[in-house]
Amino acid sequence: MNQQDQTEVEFSLEALQNGDQAEFARVVATYSGYIYRLALKMLHNPQDAEDVLQDTFIKAFHALPKFQGQSKVSTWLYRIATNEALMFLRKKRPDTVSVEVPHQNDDEEASRPLQIVDWCCLPEDELVSDEAREQLDRSITQLPESLRLAFVLRDIEGLSTRETAEVLEISETAVKTRLHRARMNLRESLTAYYQGKIPESV
Amino acid sequence: MTQHDYHNHHDCFHLLNSLSDYVDGELGEELCNEIERHVADCEDCRIFVDTYKKTIYLYHETTAEPEIPSDVRLRLFHRLNLKDFLENSVGEAQE
Ligand SMILES: [Zn+2]
Repeated sequence: MNQQDQTEVEFSLEALQNGDQAEFARVVATYSGYIYRLALKMLHNPQDAEDVLQDTFIKAFHALPKFQGQSKVSTWLYRIATNEALMFLRKKRPDTVSVEVPHQNDDEEASRPLQIVDWCCLPEDELVSDEAREQLDRSITQLPESLRLAFVLRDIEGLSTRETAEVLEISETAVKTRLHRARMNLRESLTAYYQGKIPESV
Repeated sequence: MTQHDYHNHHDCFHLLNSLSDYVDGELGEELCNEIERHVADCEDCRIFVDTYKKTIYLYHETTAEPEIPSDVRLRLFHRLNLKDFLENSVGEAQE
């Protein structure tokens, strides 16, 4: 599931395809924490995250007979969960046109001057204070959805580039591009935030 | 505070585009050396690389364990008609 703990749990494909409840309960027990964390990062609201969590596993249960085991169970669940999260976001804001990053802004974004402030020197307790954590989370929420997904899957959930590409059904190059843009974006947000914390900033 | 217009600095712009791969350790040795040489001479890029790395570090550092609150877990298992499979310790915590 995670690059650090690469221990993908083994499940019986046959039992899952037959809708075996005990086997499915093992899947739920193993992955619900990961799916909940993903949903929280995407939606930034515990109630919404719980809805997405439940809907993900309900969908997964119904899709079990069709699950061929071509991708890992974790990848399969992440794919269902990201779709649920996106649908949820769209339902909440029906006016939002597209989840894709508007391409006409690419040039504008790329040519925007970057903020150069060395905030790395700030003490650790200021960098990870409760207020800073809140700011870190808020910055993720402000990312365009497609960048947010790539970032959450790669840098929060710790999936590899290839796994992320599989979950999002995009190329590995596209994953890398989105991840880089997300990180750039977040760096700008954090710079704006931490800048105010530097004493006598010039 | 300063701003850096990367479009007018070819080397800096080049560095920026390889940064993700650089940080993820996916860049060849030669390009890595190139970046490190550039950063040694360009203070803006040095700061940029440091804050970019620090941003990723902070997200790793503050990422919670993939745990689920016991009440959320309980409701999930109920919703899925799997309450018979809840471990005892989790089930007891609620009622
Ligand atoms: Zn430079």
